[in-house]
This record gives sequence, C-alpha cells and structure tokens, in this order.
Amino acid sequence: MESATVTGSSRLLAGGLGWRRRALNITMTALIAAAFVIALIPLISLVYEVAKRGIPGLSLEFFTEDARGQIGEGGGAAHAIVGTLVITGVASVISVPIGIMAAIYLNEYGTGRLRRALTFFVDVMTGIPSIVAGLFAYALFELFLGPGIRLGVMGSVALSVLMIPIVIRAAEEVLKIVPDHLREASYALGTPKWKTITKVVLPTAFAGLVTGVMIAVARIVGETAPLLVTTGVVDSMNSDPFNGRMQNLAVYAYNEYRSPGVFKQAAYDKAWAAALTLIAIVMLLNIAARLVYRRYKTEIR
Amino acid sequence: MYKPQGDAQAVGSTSDAAAPGAKTIDARGVNLYYGDFHAVEDVTMRIEPNKVTALIGSSGCGKTTFLRSLNRMHELTPGARVEGEVTLDGEDVYGKGVDPVQVRRLIGMVFQSPNPFPTMSIYDNVAAGLNLNSGRVPKSRKEEVVERSLRGAHLWEEVKDRLDRPGSGLSGGQQQRLCIARAIAVEPEVLLMDEPCSALDPVATLAIEDLIAELKSRYTIVIVTHNMQQAARASDVTAFFNLDETGKPGHLVEVGKTEEIFTNPSQQATEDYVSGRFG
Repeated sequence: MESATVTGSSRLLAGGLGWRRRALNITMTALIAAAFVIALIPLISLVYEVAKRGIPGLSLEFFTEDARGQIGEGGGAAHAIVGTLVITGVASVISVPIGIMAAIYLNEYGTGRLRRALTFFVDVMTGIPSIVAGLFAYALFELFLGPGIRLGVMGSVALSVLMIPIVIRAAEEVLKIVPDHLREASYALGTPKWKTITKVVLPTAFAGLVTGVMIAVARIVGETAPLLVTTGVVDSMNSDPFNGRMQNLAVYAYNEYRSPGVFKQAAYDKAWAAALTLIAIVMLLNIAARLVYRRYKTEIR
Repeated sequence: MYKPQGDAQAVGSTSDAAAPGAKTIDARGVNLYYGDFHAVEDVTMRIEPNKVTALIGSSGCGKTTFLRSLNRMHELTPGARVEGEVTLDGEDVYGKGVDPVQVRRLIGMVFQSPNPFPTMSIYDNVAAGLNLNSGRVPKSRKEEVVERSLRGAHLWEEVKDRLDRPGSGLSGGQQQRLCIARAIAVEPEVLLMDEPCSALDPVATLAIEDLIAELKSRYTIVIVTHNMQQAARASDVTAFFNLDETGKPGHLVEVGKTEEIFTNPSQQATEDYVSGRFG
C-alpha cells in the first residue's frame, strides 16, 4: 500500500510507536500482578499451616470416635463433626424458609414504609456481632427453660440470627435478576401473583437461591463465640438438638487448644485437625454450590 | 371458558362446553395515567369480534398503554391508573368485584420480545396456562390442548419431536409462535399482540402474519404495530393514535376500515402519518 508520505509525514505514524504508553502498561500490569500475589500469600500460608499442623491429628479415630471418658492421647472428634452438621442443619432449616419468604416479600410485594423498615432492619442484622447473637439465643431459652441451659438447638437459633440476613440479601439479589417480562408473561395468562412467584419466579431463580444458601451456611459453619454460650462443651456424642449439650468443631478446636490436659501435643494436633476439617467442610460446600449452580442455572434471554 | 352470567360481578367463569370464543371489546372514555402523568386521553372505540384491529401511530403515543389497559396489565405498573370503561361483551372489565386474573384468562397477550419460560420445556410452556391456572388437568386433555395449540400456531410440525426440550432453544420466530401457542392454549376470547413481529426477521414476520389471518376466525385480535405496511397487510380495522407534542397525552385520532384509513382518511393527521410525512 502506498504510504501517504507525499509531503514526508503521515498522520497515522505521527505519534511514534508509543514507547511511553507501553512502558506504563507493563509497569501497571506488573504492579497489579504483584498485588494479587501479595493478597494470595496470607491465604496460601493459612491453608498450608492448617494442613501441616492438622494432618498429624487426622486419623480414623478422629473421625469415628468421640472424646468420652478419654483422658489420654486417644479420642476423636466424631461428636464434634456430627454436632457441627446437626447444628448447622437445624440453623438452615430455620433460616432458609424465613429468609426466602422475607426476600420474596421485599422484592415482589413490599412497598413504602414497611419495606423500608424491613430493609433497614436486615441491614442492621448483617452487622450483629456473633457473640450478641449467642447471648440473645441464650437469654431467650433461659426465659423458658431456666438458667444454665445448654442445647444444640440454642446454637442453631443463634446461628440463624446471623444466617437469616445473609440469605435475605442473597435471595433478594437473585429474585431481582429474574426479568419482569417473565412475570408479565405469566400474568398475561391469567395467573395469580402468588402462583407466578412459586411456579415461574422461584424455579427461574432456583440455582441462585441454592448458591446463596450454601454461601450463608459456609459463613456460619465456623462460628465459635455464639456456640460457646449456647451449646456448651461436651465430650460425648449427641445428635439430638433438643437434649443437652452438643459439641461442634469450632468449640472443640477452641477447647482442645485452651485446655489441652496432660498430652498437650495430641490435643493441639486435634485442635488443628478440627480446624482443617472445618476448612474442608467450607470448601466442599462451595464446590457443591458451584455444581448445583452449573447444573440448574437457567439461561435467561 | 366463558359462560354468560346474570350479574356483572363475575366476568366469565370456567365451563366444560366449548364456547364460541371471539367477543367484542368496547372502550368508552378511557383515560390512562402513570401517577400524575396523563398518558392516554379519552379513547372511545369498538373492537369487533373475528377481526384484526391494528393500533398504529408514532412512538410514545399510547398505543401499547391502551392495549395493556384492555387486559388490566396497565395497572401492574406502580402508580398506574385507569379511568373510563372497558367492556368485554358488555361486562365492565374494571367493574366492582371483577378479578383481574380472571380478565386476563379471557383476554390473552403476546409480547414484543418472545418470552417463553426458561425453566420449562416446550410442552410445559404451552401447557403453562393450564398448569398455572386450572389446577389438576388430566394428562390426556393436556396433551390434546398442547397439540391443538401448537398446530394452531403453525409450530407443531417443527417441534413435535422435541417437546421436552427447553423453550429457549428455538429461533426467535419459533419462540414467538410458541408464545402464541401458549396464549391460545387457554382459549381466550380476545388476543392482544404488542408488536409481535418487531423482534423478528421478515420470513418469521410473514409466518406470524399468516397465522394472525388464520386466528382471526376464532379470536378477536388487536395488534399494536409500528409498521404501517404490516397494518395495511394484516388488519381489517385500523386505529390511528397520535401525540400532539411530547408531554401531552396520546389520543385516538381516527378509527375505521383499514382500506379507508390508508387510502381516504378523514383526518389530516392520519393522512400525514400514513403517507409517511411524519412518524
């Protein structure tokens, strides 16, 4: 192609090859990459440390036996694992229906002052310190069942207080994404509003709702402070949330570290192993959330 | 299904016998508001059964707003208000005690962008009207309705082998025909169509227009269209809406037989619009 250099200059070539711009580009890329690596360091070092110290504590015994009657090196954390699953499970059973129904109200029905008030309170709830949630649950049960009461379900109630606002926030976002033209299509067929919500809006939002719930669960599964004051510390297996103390992984780790007894190293190992198990549970939940999302997501045009 | 009732309370009700379908809609002094904004002013017109009525006019003149007031979709917008009277076969659609849900079962709507339900298969999309409204419908009857509706929408041959695939896997024109099948599956008396072809290519548009010509023998059809030529091709009656200036409410300028509106309109504004002097 003939270059337009009749007069000796070309407008396209006039700016030079942009050395300065390229240098700036490379510098910024390097800085951002470095920032990313620095941000990753604590995360990687944390996982590494927990794995390094926790793996020695893992054993078949750890997963199958509780600490009942153990004063020596033996015993496991099976009761803590079961306890975490039960307490978190009951907390989900409480929080998910309440959270999703509140989100449906806020997004589909709410107008005016009640909606604003609700949104305000949900915002406040997201900031409640976990120990406050624990004390609330304790005070509530003490009112009916007397002082010193410790039950698995109390822990669940405390965790629900923390979990509900997260579920509401996530569910609201997901419901907002469901486009209005789908609701209109349903109304135009002569479908009442509530049925539109249950048969059209919720199924469309399903994958997002499940993901939101799993993220909420991952958030509360490691809470320690509220469980200390509500579920107590116990050595034996208990899977009945309505009957007596229930151990869980977070409190177990705390307890093993704080009162290691005579065989310190074994206790510390078990504490780290419990922490590792918690991380593993959170990771599994996140993976499960992604799989569910991928399987059930609806491509909305 | 429509069964004439003595009191004006219940607009239609369910019945088993096939009813004769297409009914007349009369609008008298309809004024439409969005909050304080007066969007459409004083529309009085009759929509004849078994005919295609086209609402034409430039953007923003209120044709879609008026269309949506016929099946009580207008009021779904927060702050929206309706004044005046809209009657379906003599019964006031906005009467006291009338359930808008019931109105919408009798007056169906197809939208500008096809909107099949993404979580449902083609079969379930067409049957959605039955599933969502009538509670338990026996499977055989459902299958019969789905086939009849898909045939009616000229889509059966193309999808009969993949009824359980998701509705979103079809082309634009097919999706719109699916939406039409869905709308006619509940056997409404009137079918409202809001620019049904504006998102489609000319081939799909032609298919839909042919479909409309066939459907009018069973339903009353009202179609809003931006495309004057489409109105001229596809409709029997044309109503021209206009806006004097932005900020003013849209109003009905003239309504009449399509040939007359296009060849010999009685209002100057109509003449200007159909001859392309503005719009």
